[in-house]
Amino acid sequence: MSLDIPRSTPAPAKVRRSFLHENPSVLWFIGLLGLFTVAVTVLSEGFGIGMISTNLVKVLGMTLCLCLIAIAMDVVWGYCGILSLGHFAFFGLGGYAIGMWLMYARTEIVIRDSLGRGTIPPTELEVSEAVAAQIFGVVGSSELPLIWTFAGSLPFQLAMVVLVPGLLALVFGWLAFRSRVTGVYLSILTQAMTLALSLYLFQNDTGLRGNNGLSGLQNIPGFLHVPQSVLSVWFFWASACALGAGYLLFAWVVSGKFGSVIRAIRDNEARVRFLGYNVEGYKLFVFTITAVISGIAGALYYPQAGIINPAEIAPIASIYLAVWVAIGGRGRLYGAVIGAAFVSLLSSWLTGGGAPNINLGFYRIVWTDWWLVLLGLGFVAVTLFFPKGIGGVFDYLVRKKP
Amino acid sequence: MSTLLEVSGVSVTFDGFRAINNLSIAIGEPELRAVIGPNGAGKTTFMDIVTGKTRPDEGKVIWGERSVNLLKYSESQIAKMGIGRKFQKPTVFEDQSVRDNLAMALANKRGPFSVLVWRASDRDRARIEELAEEVGLSERLDDSAGILSHGQKQWLEIGMLLAQDPRLLLVDEPAAGMTPAEREHTTDLLKRAAKTRAVVVIEHDMEFIRRLDCRVTCLHEGSVLAEGSLDYVTKNQQVIDVYLGR
Repeated sequence: MSLDIPRSTPAPAKVRRSFLHENPSVLWFIGLLGLFTVAVTVLSEGFGIGMISTNLVKVLGMTLCLCLIAIAMDVVWGYCGILSLGHFAFFGLGGYAIGMWLMYARTEIVIRDSLGRGTIPPTELEVSEAVAAQIFGVVGSSELPLIWTFAGSLPFQLAMVVLVPGLLALVFGWLAFRSRVTGVYLSILTQAMTLALSLYLFQNDTGLRGNNGLSGLQNIPGFLHVPQSVLSVWFFWASACALGAGYLLFAWVVSGKFGSVIRAIRDNEARVRFLGYNVEGYKLFVFTITAVISGIAGALYYPQAGIINPAEIAPIASIYLAVWVAIGGRGRLYGAVIGAAFVSLLSSWLTGGGAPNINLGFYRIVWTDWWLVLLGLGFVAVTLFFPKGIGGVFDYLVRKKP
Repeated sequence: MSTLLEVSGVSVTFDGFRAINNLSIAIGEPELRAVIGPNGAGKTTFMDIVTGKTRPDEGKVIWGERSVNLLKYSESQIAKMGIGRKFQKPTVFEDQSVRDNLAMALANKRGPFSVLVWRASDRDRARIEELAEEVGLSERLDDSAGILSHGQKQWLEIGMLLAQDPRLLLVDEPAAGMTPAEREHTTDLLKRAAKTRAVVVIEHDMEFIRRLDCRVTCLHEGSVLAEGSLDYVTKNQQVIDVYLGR
């Protein structure tokens, strides 16, 4: 049994205490995340002794965002049995939504600054046209596309972070689940959606700068004077809070009867129908809520990455996500976190030039070439020999105790 | 006794094979009914049609006082109206505890939002204990359903069926894999359930059916061959030819 699943149902009067009481892994996770956050802060350049470079703080913050989308993937796949190969599309959409504001608002500040030096103050129209020319010059246009109408409004774009992935998931899921598309066919369908979205965004005339994507996202309008060393720690904190809150939310969702029903759907959805549960409704609920959380994770990730382009949404990203969750251990939230953190950090170490290449005399192993082979072999090995993944080790440890 | 379920003139064809051929059966409330017949007679397909799993090519399935046409509804909607089903092969959720299995089946609201905030009330807990007692699984409530014996899984599924509190129970081969003592217990349970509801039992075991002591319907090639008391049906020459004599 996974640690997340209560053995008995808590009493209504003490639900809250019982929930954490019944799910010790949640407290452990929040505690470790808190310790990690404090450690990174103390070692950072912006707030501490400077042992960790700003760049590494960003990588760690981004990793936390990947952990957040991994637990969302675990809920939709590990618990509910829907192998979605499209959740990175929701992640990317969240990133684009916040990226539009970051890029627009920063460009507007720069433009006002330069136009303001003249004797006559610029009109709003002049500012807007100059911003459009600045942002879209790269794709040979100077008109502000319709979808950028409210890009200057932070509340609006924040709402889009949640609404765009949520609505896409709702409509797509409604169509797919209603037709009772399941298993590998559903996976293919989600992958097709991702591919279509990515190819669409690659075009220059879609209003999101084609393959150039959105850039300069690390500069936060209103905080342009704040150094990156400080900003990176702020974003790290925000990512840690989001991961903690997301973990709590999902642990609560999967702990009670709802978790029971979605695991039952995973194991035998026809039987669940005969118990009177509307299986499609449950799948749609899970698919949509995880898409929304993925969007939020993306909105925190890309300001740290600094750039987003359609390649980020390509199907391969969503496949990686499934690999992380499988390696970490499906059906347990901490497994997804371990998988995402372990594999993505290992990946950046090996492909980022951190790991030394190995010279075998007759052949030189260059990790940037061999990393994918290693990942593939690791995935096959986990699937064949450790179906419970890295997280399964914890089951073993817990069972050992009397 | 009023009619609860009326199946009339129903036919179903799978790839040219007529599984159900102009079948008409009426079940009252309360009533205990046994359905017998050779393999391929359409017994399980009859349950599939009533529960919404299979759509018939023609015919009507009418339910309840308000004469609802069941063919318009999905499996989950039909289940919510009060038709519970136990499958031939026991299908419980093996990954989850006996308690969680029963809790899922309890007659509570089924929507995602109400399930999300649902916490067992004292009444729910008492009901789970009571059901576990009834099907002899009190000691196993916190065990995972996967480690139960075949007979115990059958019991658990019967418990889940009772937890749904349905008006009509469709029970497919409940005694398969049970010891004689367990079979006796099952008969008692079904007879007790049939005092207040309609219960339809598919069985091959004639001893079991004799103990049920109820009206019997014999199906053959997708339609009713004979219907009446067990003695009447078993003396029917056609029934002997197609089923008993073999």
